Amino acid sequence: MNGITINNISKSYPLKKGKQEALKNIELTIPEGELFGLIGPDGAGKTTLFRILTTLLLPDSGTASVNGLDTTKDFMQIRKEVGYMPGRFSLYTDLTVEENLNFFANIFNTSVKENYHLIKEVYKMIEPFKKVRAGKLSGGMKQKLALSCALIHKPKTLFLDEPTTGVDAVSRKEFWELLRSLRAEGITIMVSTPYMDEASLCDRVGLIQQGSMMGVDTPQHLRNAFGKKLLSVKGPDMLQLLRQLQAMDTVEHAYPFGEYHHAVLKDAAFLPELPANIEVKEVEPDIEDCFISLMRTHAG
Amino acid sequence: MSKLGVILSKEFRQIIRNPAIIRLIFIMPVIQLLVLPNAADYEIKNINLQVTDHDHSALSRRLIDNISATGYFKVIGYGSDRNQAMVAIEKDKADLILEIPHNFERDLIREESARLMLAVNAINGVKASLGGAYLNNLLRQFNGDIRTEWLQPDRLQKPFSITTTFTNWFNPGMNYKYFMVPGILVLLLTMVGMNLTAINIVREKEIGTIEQINVSPIKKHHFILGKLIPFWVLGLVVLTIGFLIARLVYGIVPLGAYWTIYVFAAVYLLVILGMGLLVSTFSATQQQAMLVSFFIMMIFILMGGLYTSIDSMPEWAKWITRINPVTYFIEVMRRVVLKGANLGDVTKELSIILGYALLVNGLAILSYRKRS
Repeated sequence: MNGITINNISKSYPLKKGKQEALKNIELTIPEGELFGLIGPDGAGKTTLFRILTTLLLPDSGTASVNGLDTTKDFMQIRKEVGYMPGRFSLYTDLTVEENLNFFANIFNTSVKENYHLIKEVYKMIEPFKKVRAGKLSGGMKQKLALSCALIHKPKTLFLDEPTTGVDAVSRKEFWELLRSLRAEGITIMVSTPYMDEASLCDRVGLIQQGSMMGVDTPQHLRNAFGKKLLSVKGPDMLQLLRQLQAMDTVEHAYPFGEYHHAVLKDAAFLPELPANIEVKEVEPDIEDCFISLMRTHAG
Repeated sequence: MSKLGVILSKEFRQIIRNPAIIRLIFIMPVIQLLVLPNAADYEIKNINLQVTDHDHSALSRRLIDNISATGYFKVIGYGSDRNQAMVAIEKDKADLILEIPHNFERDLIREESARLMLAVNAINGVKASLGGAYLNNLLRQFNGDIRTEWLQPDRLQKPFSITTTFTNWFNPGMNYKYFMVPGILVLLLTMVGMNLTAINIVREKEIGTIEQINVSPIKKHHFILGKLIPFWVLGLVVLTIGFLIARLVYGIVPLGAYWTIYVFAAVYLLVILGMGLLVSTFSATQQQAMLVSFFIMMIFILMGGLYTSIDSMPEWAKWITRINPVTYFIEVMRRVVLKGANLGDVTKELSIILGYALLVNGLAILSYRKRS
């Protein structure tokens, strides 16, 4: 079976006193050719999961397979078949764009020419700078080069650890479009991001928090499963308003959400009474709302 | 292109583009070989001598003239006040005090014996002990001279005296540069080799590129060899520059063959580079790697037999020098340069270093882990 299978994976890092649990009993199956988003805040365990799947780290317990290959036993084969783009820019800054690409093609026993069709769309955006050293590129271009390098050996599965962190909005959008076109090539893609708004661009998302997978589903299903009334509220004194909302009996919880506050109502509750100068409307839940509500139920 | 070739071409490109490495390779040998042999001089000159002469006789003046004529001593003060002499020592102006007592000449003539006092400032141990020994030697000579002179009238009875003359084998002029320069060349190779490799893998860790290498199918030994070979080549380049300087500036041409030294250096570099790699696989940052390799090098260099004689070390220290690769290379280098030893003469050292190279590099490959 291809794709990615994760069975009951746990991993902890030793601390001075005790240990830090990075992953707790993760179960996950990603079918071949899916664009899967791993959504969670910093420190949720996203990178640890990536490092286990890319054979850089051994899990404490549990097993995982990538492209039907076991991450502990068949690691040499996995390394030939996956592309990994770490969260930090990790190409040679003292080599040019072209030299980096050639180097990564050559160490996988292939050439840029052979798989040019795969990276054409990304690479043509940075091709004018191919004689420029990688260290001198802008953030967005570095990401595109890193993606090109991770793709050049035609991997079956692509792991992208926070590829859009620190990248401007336009480049982010372009980047996601690229990912969707790669999915069309049949490549399984697992991408992590701390940005909730990117979740809707994935086929399915997994919400991860403090090492636990809180929910895995399509973005639409997750939103449908929210199951409660959600209000978007705005007023002249936002801080005061938030306190007010949190104190109400009918409101389960309230939190700032951009320029609005979101308030989740208790089952069958109705709109709270608020002064006339306060703008209130019912809204559809976002992935971020789902995440916050799941986080509350998990925290108990 | 083979995988190793791919890695090597990448490493060489990176080295050529790193101005710090290029500067280190070309400037360090030049500076060190021009400055160090001229400064690190074993002959003690300019020993500051304070003379306290209570006698003021012809004989005492002749003694002082004799001493200052050698060129080793600089008479910085002459007086008859003991306190003044002590002040000179306290202020570190004088290294030695020679005190000539009252009636020095008279006692010597009448009683055929006289006493002198020699006080040594032992703050600078080497200068003090060597200076004291020189002066003692001079006094003994002076003693012999005046004895033969005074006994001269009695032609029937010739005085006994044993004089020693000596020749310095392998270095007839006893030119200390002939043994310092080859030694410094060894240190140079050690410092350049270990430092550059120690920070190299760590650099890949720091900038994160090692992650990309680790998820690739590159074999461990390919990666390690890819790191080793460029610096091995650079080490031999440094050695060549060093020999050029030794020849052009100091006129040192090895009595033995150059290739004997190159063969030994080639194996020796493997040990040093392997140690650098070992340090870098255990370090997380370049700073850590630098400090650890600095610490190891410091011990190797100070216990390598260049600055201090191994034979006069205590037994436990001799054991350390036996596991110190620097010791073997300095020894071999001197034997080839000064004595004209050939490869057959240094097989013992060569096999020890070869074993060392296998051990260190084996450990480096074993301890470099692509996963944790």
